[in-house]
Amino acid sequence: MFNENAMKELEEIRLKYPNARAALLPALYVAQREFGWLSPEAYGAVSDLLGVPKAIARGVGTFYAMYKHKPAGRNIVQLCTNVSCMILGAERLVDFLKNKYGLEAGGTTQDGRFSLVIMECIGACGTAPAMLVNDDFFENLTEKYIEEILERYK
Amino acid sequence: MEKVLLKHIEHPISADIGEYMKTGGYQSLPKAIAMVPKDVIEEVKKAGLRGRGGAGFPVAMKWTFASADPKFPKYLLCNADEGEPGTFKDRPILEKNPHLLIEGMAISGFALSAEYGYIYLRGEYPAAKHILEKAIAEAYEKGFLGDNIAGKGVKFHLAVHQGAGAYICGEETALIESLEGDKGQPRIKPPFPVNVGVFAKPTIVNNVETLSNLPYLIGIGGEAYAKIGSPECPGPKIYCVSGHVERPGVYELPMGTSLKDIIYTHCGGIKGGKKLKAVIPGGISTPVLPPDKIDCPMDFVNMPKHGSMLGSGAVIVMDETVCLVRVCYRALKFFEHESCGKCTPCREGTGWLRKILGRIENGEGMEGDVDLLLSVSGNVLGKTFCPLGDGAASVVQNFIKHFRPEFEDHIRNKTCKVSG
Repeated sequence: MFNENAMKELEEIRLKYPNARAALLPALYVAQREFGWLSPEAYGAVSDLLGVPKAIARGVGTFYAMYKHKPAGRNIVQLCTNVSCMILGAERLVDFLKNKYGLEAGGTTQDGRFSLVIMECIGACGTAPAMLVNDDFFENLTEKYIEEILERYK
Repeated sequence: MEKVLLKHIEHPISADIGEYMKTGGYQSLPKAIAMVPKDVIEEVKKAGLRGRGGAGFPVAMKWTFASADPKFPKYLLCNADEGEPGTFKDRPILEKNPHLLIEGMAISGFALSAEYGYIYLRGEYPAAKHILEKAIAEAYEKGFLGDNIAGKGVKFHLAVHQGAGAYICGEETALIESLEGDKGQPRIKPPFPVNVGVFAKPTIVNNVETLSNLPYLIGIGGEAYAKIGSPECPGPKIYCVSGHVERPGVYELPMGTSLKDIIYTHCGGIKGGKKLKAVIPGGISTPVLPPDKIDCPMDFVNMPKHGSMLGSGAVIVMDETVCLVRVCYRALKFFEHESCGKCTPCREGTGWLRKILGRIENGEGMEGDVDLLLSVSGNVLGKTFCPLGDGAASVVQNFIKHFRPEFEDHIRNKTCKVSG
């Protein structure tokens, strides 16, 4: 079940579309935020609210890379390694995150502080290598700069 | 050339509606509304505007098809799912100049008699979502969106729909599926979206940059607009340059600027005085070019004559330190990850190509692997529902076409000379 505030937000979202089904993607975002990840309970809540069968909701949700299907760390490090970032050293940064923080692609640090997601181009190619931490963009990354940035996220 | 699309973006509050209006914003919308819709389409036709998403389809032609369909309501969708690797040209418009896009959409909505619009925004641009939502609220408040635009009874409603990390949703029918709350898998055409699009209604899907051209185009008129840049596909174009150049970034230049000029004049040449090895001119799906083939006008008509495509105008410059087998492998890893799985040649082919490239790069390549890559990619090319498979296959074919010895070196020497 969603709390009262989330319900209000979801009703507003629903009004943006001519039918309930079209609100599925935004509703999954709200569920992910409220439940922390798209757990069976989260899918149940979305399914009940929109009248979309659970199997359909899960089928759609698992198609998209940005929905989380296991509990994630408090901060999501989303590092791009696509070509523009790769040729400017993104692979070294992947190694750095592993060696310094024990953080591997798709994994979470033991203290639950960070999860790492390898991204397929985040549109910051002119300032590569780049990453998002949660909703914040960071560009022209170096090992030292990453260390500084991650200090800000507890 | 004065800046049209990136005008004023250095201003700290360029996204604010007051600031946009101070610099001439929202003057073309009332001008368009004072016309009849088909005359607005006629101006776009005179301007010769082509879609900036990658395919370069004539905008007026697409609009005429949707206009002619008797079904209502009609929908106008803005493709802001900028996902083609190397592309970051729409992001400055979305984040710094959102009202240019909103005004462009309101003008286009009027021309198409579309009463509803959505901006399909990629999930990876969270900042743009907040900026656009704020800008949309401002436009409603000032009467540039809503049920009675400019006091003339014109109706156009606009909302942001956030994608969730799927490259394929940049393909227009996949985008429509995703907006309807489904997996982003392309539809077979026909029917075309102009007749049966989102919610089974006539639908126009245009790119951010395309729609952002409308205020200027209507402001100066189609004939004057057609005099900018290449005669075959006029207008301003945002080129976004990444990789080994001195000054990477976004450059708004007349359509048809030479690739060589973009790299050497505007971007200051190759970083650190190193030697140029290869250029991908229009996003990762477009054919790679060797250094002796970059003296070509960057537009939709001329690039195919020079062995590549304009695509999204995303130039990726690679110097002599780059291993092209590794680049090709990374590209195929991307295509494999992003293949939607609907059709077999793409779903299986991208994975096979990635595996073969991976073993070559890791020094485990076998004799005949290069021909095997050509054979597998030949069985993907032209055999898929949407251009994702074609893009993947053509990446492999063109890297081999221009740089075959580098692939063969890897196999013969069982190692990569560049990345070790």
